[in-house]
Amino acid sequence: MPHDHHDHPHALLPSDPALRVKALETILTRKGLIDPAALDEIIDTYQNRIGPQNGARVVARAWSDPDFKAALLADATPLVAEMGYFGRQGEHMVVVENTLQTHNMVVCTLCSCYPWPLLGIPPGWYKSDAYRARAVREPRKVLAEFGVTLPEGAAVRVWDSTAEIRYLVLPMRPEGSADMDEAALAALVTRDSMIGTGLARVPA
Amino acid sequence: MTRVHDMGGRFGDGAVVPEADGIPQLGDWQARALALTLAAGALGQWNIDVSRHARERLSPADYGRFSYFEKWIAALADLLVETGVLTEEDLSGQEGDAPHPLADRVLKAEAVAAVLARGGPSERPSNVASRFEVGQAVRTLRPAANRLVDGGHTRLPAYAAGARGRIVRKHGSHVLPDSNAHRLGEAPEPLYAVAFPASELWADPEAPGDEVVLDLWQSYLEPA
Repeated sequence: MPHDHHDHPHALLPSDPALRVKALETILTRKGLIDPAALDEIIDTYQNRIGPQNGARVVARAWSDPDFKAALLADATPLVAEMGYFGRQGEHMVVVENTLQTHNMVVCTLCSCYPWPLLGIPPGWYKSDAYRARAVREPRKVLAEFGVTLPEGAAVRVWDSTAEIRYLVLPMRPEGSADMDEAALAALVTRDSMIGTGLARVPA
Repeated sequence: MTRVHDMGGRFGDGAVVPEADGIPQLGDWQARALALTLAAGALGQWNIDVSRHARERLSPADYGRFSYFEKWIAALADLLVETGVLTEEDLSGQEGDAPHPLADRVLKAEAVAAVLARGGPSERPSNVASRFEVGQAVRTLRPAANRLVDGGHTRLPAYAAGARGRIVRKHGSHVLPDSNAHRLGEAPEPLYAVAFPASELWADPEAPGDEVVLDLWQSYLEPA
């Protein structure tokens, strides 16, 4: 396949993005290549059903069950699959643990790879040029923009998702959460804490 | 040598702007673009590496000015024509109404959950023997470039070319994007997580103990 074109076929479509998407959907639907009801189903899946609440359940369970946590850190994919979280963009999962010594943070500098079955669709900032460009070179400045301060002496380890392995950060369990059950713990786990640009909420 | 998508370490992009917790809500056309891309992918005419490369091959001017889902939809239109699913006349709105030979592959609503759940695992058996063990020092190739196709797809970012790191995890053997993106076969080979000290990558690292970890295929690496 030629890998460069002087003229990109996409230029034949309307330039306004909404009209462009509509035009392509119309063409494909008329040819029987797209079922608009399938598009509705995909959108419903990612706008209403799959999201960071999935990853939060995994984190809360790891905080509550040391055996589960050890197994999760050793080989996450089968364990999260058992909880119902598998498939597209989560085929090969690795969980990395934040400690007082190491703060993990995830980026994809080359595109925007992200663990969809556990966190859903990525937020806009994760896909932004600013995050992709800066997270690897100046993670501490990026963390400061999220209001995150690290423990004194902690090293930052940034995971650039350059293959099909998807990373989930296991945030540190916050102070004051010792008596909480898994459901209450899950409510402390933010999306950003599982990307590594946030910390878990401290219970009120 | 590089393409515009390879932006790790670049200066000048400004601040990162955090967003509210929860599921990010897309605009109408953005959601449609996402769904259209996934549904068209289910026709089976390309793999994930071909589709990533299609986004990277957008002209630098288009890549820079397009928003995220504009890149997706432009790359999708390009791929549909390159693979012969659609013609340029189709895109221009001059299409006929003849039944399409791929119409029996259309993704139906009731199949969506199963297709998303299946995903596209990249781990494969491989007869390429693993050369490296956890803890071993390695160096990445320099320049970062596809060795099979000039200007082709690769997953070694330019910022990590020629850098010395150490193996921290073995991931098994995975499809090699440099080959698969150009339909030259899956060519699976060992994949490793490799940790690089920030001082190995940047002229002015923020902290001496910080590291960046990349997932790198064996053919990107040599012993150091």
